Amino acid sequence: MIRDFGIVWSERDLLLSGLANTTILSVLSAAAALLLGFMLTPALMSKRRPLAWAARGFVDGMRCVPFLLFAYIVYYGFPSFGVRLDNWTSGLLALTIYNAAYMAEILRGAWAAQPPEPIEAGIAFGFSSFGLFRRIILPSLLLAAGPVIGNQMIQIIKDSAFLTIIALPELTHAASSIQSRHYVPFAAFITAVFLYWGLCLVVEAGVSWIGRRAEARR
Amino acid sequence: MTASDIIAILQGAVVTVTLSLVGILIGLPIGLGLALLRWGNVPVLAPIVAVYVSMLRATPLVTLLLLLFFALPNIGIEIDPIAAAILALVMNTAAFNCEVWRAALMNFPKDQFEAAQSVGMRAAQRFRRIVLPQIVRVSLPGLVNEMSLLIKVTPVLAVVGVVDITRAAVRIGAETYEPLPPFLVAVALYAPIVFFLVSLQRWIERRQAAAEAAA
Repeated sequence: MIRDFGIVWSERDLLLSGLANTTILSVLSAAAALLLGFMLTPALMSKRRPLAWAARGFVDGMRCVPFLLFAYIVYYGFPSFGVRLDNWTSGLLALTIYNAAYMAEILRGAWAAQPPEPIEAGIAFGFSSFGLFRRIILPSLLLAAGPVIGNQMIQIIKDSAFLTIIALPELTHAASSIQSRHYVPFAAFITAVFLYWGLCLVVEAGVSWIGRRAEARR
Repeated sequence: MTASDIIAILQGAVVTVTLSLVGILIGLPIGLGLALLRWGNVPVLAPIVAVYVSMLRATPLVTLLLLLFFALPNIGIEIDPIAAAILALVMNTAAFNCEVWRAALMNFPKDQFEAAQSVGMRAAQRFRRIVLPQIVRVSLPGLVNEMSLLIKVTPVLAVVGVVDITRAAVRIGAETYEPLPPFLVAVALYAPIVFFLVSLQRWIERRQAAAEAAA
């Protein structure tokens, strides 16, 4: 058993590059999904019916489709429309589009729960709509939605492991290659599990830091 | 894509639904058991459950599944794809269910518990008659939510060779060189199941909110 972990240690470069890819993939797609979510949320709450319906259809649709199938469709299905993407691009695209729907729904919920007074006060002070959003709505929205966004971030990290099926060299894929090369399944995969755990604990620590900041602001 | 291909995907759907149901049905009571261990602050076991839940919540199902499927035979436990799939689903969903049950237990009003004690109910009776009916009600939306999450991760089971919806679709896509149609059929099968559970969750929440408003 110790020898197995020794083998994993000797392959640490592979594992660490897998961890780096998982981290990069998760951080990039979380940031992009959050940004897209911010663009979708006003559409979800729009008074123009067709726009609100289209946004609602996209968000509910994504929430009913398993991520792995969506990733398959982006990677294997898009070429049918003449769009051929490499595994990195399709993985990043699939993660981003899929999670944008979840982020939009999270932000909509937090937005609807915001007290109207600060916004009205902002309008009374003559903030432009963009200034109002950036200075008044955005900070309190992010603080209120922080914990749920953190949960979604953990979901994104876990979803990124599915991308091993399109041969994206992330953490699970690295563990798989080590296992098939040396036949040390337990050591390889349990190390990956501990690394995922570590990543998620970092996210949780970040969320509780934001929570303390939100508490201090109140 | 021919009619027999569609039938193959439908057969896969039976496997997917069966495995999901088995996972849910075993995962629910195990989650409750884990939650009770933590709630009761059982020495040694409670901290182990806490670590287990924290770790399992962070572990992608693919990684867990590959770990079980390849590592168990390594230590002399033979496991076929179906058994590995069920074990992985149960280990995963029990951790999430544990958190839902535990939240309900933590919010359980203490006075009711003491009232039950004062009329001489024994621990098992207290739990079955007073605690359980109420925490089931409170936990229901969270548990249904977890069920829809579980169904959404089942395509992963295809990785170890379970012939479910996804594996059938992948095979047909590879044979016909047209991957899009079988994947769209697969989505058309998954989406209504998940949509039903999501709607069920919303309906339960709305009904409970209405009942609370009336009370």
